[in-house]
Amino acid sequence: MSSNLKIFTKGFFTENAVFVLLLGMCPTLGVTSSAINGLGMGLATTFVLIMSNIVISLIAALIPDKVRIPSYIVVIATFVTIVQLTMEAFVPSLFNALGLFIPLIVVNCIVLGRAEAFASKNGVFKSILDGAGMGLGFTMALTMLGALREFLGTGKMFNLPIFNEHYGMLLFILAPGAFIALGYLIAFINHLRKV
Amino acid sequence: MAKRESNLTNMVLTLLVITLISGGVLGYVYELTKEPIAKAKLAKKVVAIKGVIPEFDNDPLKDMNSLNIEDKFTIEFYPAKVGDKQVGTAVKTYSKKGYGGPVWLMVGFANDNTITDIKVLEHTETPGLGTKMATPAFIDQFKGKNPKDFKLKVKKDGGDVDAITAATISSRAFSDAVQRAYDNLEKKGGSDE
Amino acid sequence: MEYFIIIISAIFVNNIVLSQFLGICPFLGVSKRISTAVGMTGAVTFVMVVSTIVTFLLQKYVLDAYGIGYMQTVVFILVIAALVQLVEIILKKVSPALYQALGVFLPLITTNCAILGVAILVITNDYNLMESVVFALANAIGFGLALVIFAGIREHLDLVFLPKRMRGVPISLICAGLLAMAFMGFSGIV
Repeated sequence: MSSNLKIFTKGFFTENAVFVLLLGMCPTLGVTSSAINGLGMGLATTFVLIMSNIVISLIAALIPDKVRIPSYIVVIATFVTIVQLTMEAFVPSLFNALGLFIPLIVVNCIVLGRAEAFASKNGVFKSILDGAGMGLGFTMALTMLGALREFLGTGKMFNLPIFNEHYGMLLFILAPGAFIALGYLIAFINHLRKV
Repeated sequence: MAKRESNLTNMVLTLLVITLISGGVLGYVYELTKEPIAKAKLAKKVVAIKGVIPEFDNDPLKDMNSLNIEDKFTIEFYPAKVGDKQVGTAVKTYSKKGYGGPVWLMVGFANDNTITDIKVLEHTETPGLGTKMATPAFIDQFKGKNPKDFKLKVKKDGGDVDAITAATISSRAFSDAVQRAYDNLEKKGGSDE
Repeated sequence: MEYFIIIISAIFVNNIVLSQFLGICPFLGVSKRISTAVGMTGAVTFVMVVSTIVTFLLQKYVLDAYGIGYMQTVVFILVIAALVQLVEIILKKVSPALYQALGVFLPLITTNCAILGVAILVITNDYNLMESVVFALANAIGFGLALVIFAGIREHLDLVFLPKRMRGVPISLICAGLLAMAFMGFSGIV
């Protein structure tokens, strides 16, 4: 049981996709101009991760080795398109805000990485735990970065005003701020992890 | 279960089967979401039309007529009427000059072609800069102006539009879209059909 | 003139790495030495241009023609994966030295979001074939420019004394931020 728990929790801290493994950097930097966007992107990715982990753990044995990667990619792309269509239908404003980065979940190294490194070698239950842990850890990282940038850039957090927007440092909403904020955040996490 | 051998037939077959299943599933999901997507887009349009034309009692969507400029880019006219009398036209317009991609606007015109109000439908401008074009602080300067004597160009280019600080490109695209709406409305013969 | 604007805006103003956030993984991963950065740029350029042409034609003559636009992501990524495999095979035969240097990163091009990103952007921006090719090429150059400049900076970073926890990725990201800020200065030209 404790090993199952570990599979789930490792995604949050010891093997956090963003802060430790440094995977999935493009959406991490690209969509985190606000906390809500970060949260939405994280959850969309988590869904794809769990679903593709389930399917791949089930079919891995049936796939010849040499077409392993293309097959996994098709599975992942299918779920990504499902997410894309569903979001366009039911949360159009978030769909517009995330834009190009939704189809790009396909090439998020985390998803293919987990499929290849974990789901193809483990059973369904463990793969679900792994996908959920990794996905939620990713969501946590994106939401933190989004909240930090939104706060510094516009004085709001989750759209709630905290200080006057006039004093916001616009830089943090813009591209350079994404890199800089993430840089300091990783340094801070390094400090917490005492590496 | 033993791994299947990586010979050509097996490989092609596996990929084919997976892709076919994927195609089937996606086709199904597409059918399921087609209507909600269309509805969401329509709802947004209706809200925008109501936002730019003060009062009307017809269904502008029914009276819509469009002008196809080029592939995927269509200007749509929504005549708004009270009873049988036309009170204005909402024009869905675009500009390809945006910073991050095309910008789509809904521009409301009164019968004398003055601008009543503008709503931003879709854009991919920089958050914090270009996104300010959806705020009243920027849009209010267009209200009540007639493009005939209000030059739809940013001041930097010799026009009358106060550009958003640090987002001249977005401001240009916005003005360009409004200009396009006006030009085509004129071409069509004004609001009076 | 149209082409000129596309080129300048793709390389400098909307730099694919520094302002669009595409292709960050190779940007951070392969930028420790200028020589590998150059090799990576070559591979990306080739794959990007060819895949854009292929995906463009597929979109126009298959996906749009049969109304199955929702298969876009699946089809595009498959094409890219196949192309990368092809490049890998060719490179192995033609230049074993370059293959040695890039071998690890070639499979990573498949998951380089810059490639898929450009293929999709071409469709959303509604470019024609010629514009698409120019756009892809310009973006590849923009990618290479950012990568090589950044590699130059990182070679020097090795010599700098830094607090322990800022070393490596954190300081690299902050430098990338400063570089992005410098590129923002170009935004006035177009």
